[in-house]
Amino acid sequence: MSDAMSPATTRNTKVMNRFDLTSRLLAKLKREEAVIGGIGNTNFDLWAAGHRPQNFYMLGSMGLAFPIALGVALAQPKRGVFALEGDGSLLMQMGCLSTIAALKPPNLHMIVMDNGIYQITGAQPTPAAGVSDMVAIAVGCGLSNSAWAADEEDFERLVDRSLSASGPTLIGVRIDDKAGVGATRRDPVQIRERFMLGLGVREPL
Amino acid sequence: MAAAEGKISPKALDEKASHEKIWHEVVLQTLKQNDIRLVPYVPDRVLTTLIRTLHADPFFLTFPTAREEEAVGIVSGAWMGGVRGAVLMQTSGFATLANVLASLAVPYQIPLIMLVSERGTLGEFNYGQSLVCRTMRPVLDSLAMEHHTATRLDELEFIVDRSIKQAIATQAPVALILSPLLTGGKVFEK
Repeated sequence: MSDAMSPATTRNTKVMNRFDLTSRLLAKLKREEAVIGGIGNTNFDLWAAGHRPQNFYMLGSMGLAFPIALGVALAQPKRGVFALEGDGSLLMQMGCLSTIAALKPPNLHMIVMDNGIYQITGAQPTPAAGVSDMVAIAVGCGLSNSAWAADEEDFERLVDRSLSASGPTLIGVRIDDKAGVGATRRDPVQIRERFMLGLGVREPL
Repeated sequence: MAAAEGKISPKALDEKASHEKIWHEVVLQTLKQNDIRLVPYVPDRVLTTLIRTLHADPFFLTFPTAREEEAVGIVSGAWMGGVRGAVLMQTSGFATLANVLASLAVPYQIPLIMLVSERGTLGEFNYGQSLVCRTMRPVLDSLAMEHHTATRLDELEFIVDRSIKQAIATQAPVALILSPLLTGGKVFEK
C-alpha cells in the first residue's frame, strides 16, 4: 500500500501499469493518430505495445516528449497527437505546459506516467514524489482540461474525451514501479524516417 | 578607406546605422523565402525588432518558449510533421543545448536551424556572458555541426539562405551566429 503521507492516497487513484495503459490507448487509436514516447520505459512500452508508423520513440532529450508532440500537432492540426511522458521527465521541462496552454492546440493530448521514481536509473524517488501533484501543476499552468485517471476504465473514458476535445488535454496516471516490457531498437534515423512516412510527409525510397 | 587611416568616417557610421536597421529584415525575408514558418524563441535584446516583425507577419507562427531546448523539440516535431521551423536564442541559451543536439538533432538527422544572437564578445560588460560565449563554438565543433558567423550585411542573405538549404538537403542541423559586427550587439548603458 502507498505511504499514508503521500498525496496519492488523497487522490484516490489506482496504481496502474504503464504497458497496460499504453496498450489500452493504442487500441483506441483508429485515425492514424501520432504517439510520441518519452525517454526510457515510456517509449519502451510504446514499442512493446505494437509497432505503428505513427509512433515516435525518443532515445534521449529527456523532457521533450510534449514539445516534440506540440511541434507535430502544430504542423498537422487535423491529426490527433498523443504524448507519453514520465513524471521525472516532465519535471525537467515543466515550462512546456505553459507554452502548450498559451497555444491551445486542440489536437494535442498529454499523458503523464507518474510513479514518483526514476525507475530506469535504479528507482530513486524524484524530488516531486509524495509532495507535488502533476495534474494540479498542469491546471495551474493553464491546462484546465487535466485530470487524474482513477482506474483503467476512467483512463479509457478520459482518452475518449480527449479524442473529441476542443482544446489540449492532459491525463495523469499513477503507475507501478515495473520496468518497460520491451526495448526500443536504438536506430534514430530509421525511427525518424518511419515516423515521417507514417505522417505522410515522406514517400518511400 | 577611412578604416585604414585608423578613423571611422561619418559616412561609415551612417552605413553602420542603416545596417543595424535592416539586418533583421534580411533574416525575416530569407526565412520566408525558404518557407520557414514556425519560429519559437527565447528572446534577446538584439532580436527585439526581428521578433516583433515576425509576430506582425501572419506568414509566421512565432511564440516564446520557457527554454531553448523546448523550442528545439517543437521545431523538430514540426519538421517531422512537414512544417519547417527555426529557433531564435542568445548565446547563453545555446549553452543549454548540448544534450538535445547530441541526442535528438544530430543522431535523428533533423535539419534544426538555429539563429543565435552572439553575446559575450566585442564589448561585453558581463564576465559570465563572455565565458559562456567561449563554450559555443567548441560545442558546435565537438559535434561536427555546421556553423557560420554573420558579420556583414552584404553576406547575410547568402549565409542564411545557403545554410537553410544545406541543412534541409543534408538533413543536418546548423547554427547561424549573428555577430555584434552585424547587429550592433548589446552595449552597456547606465
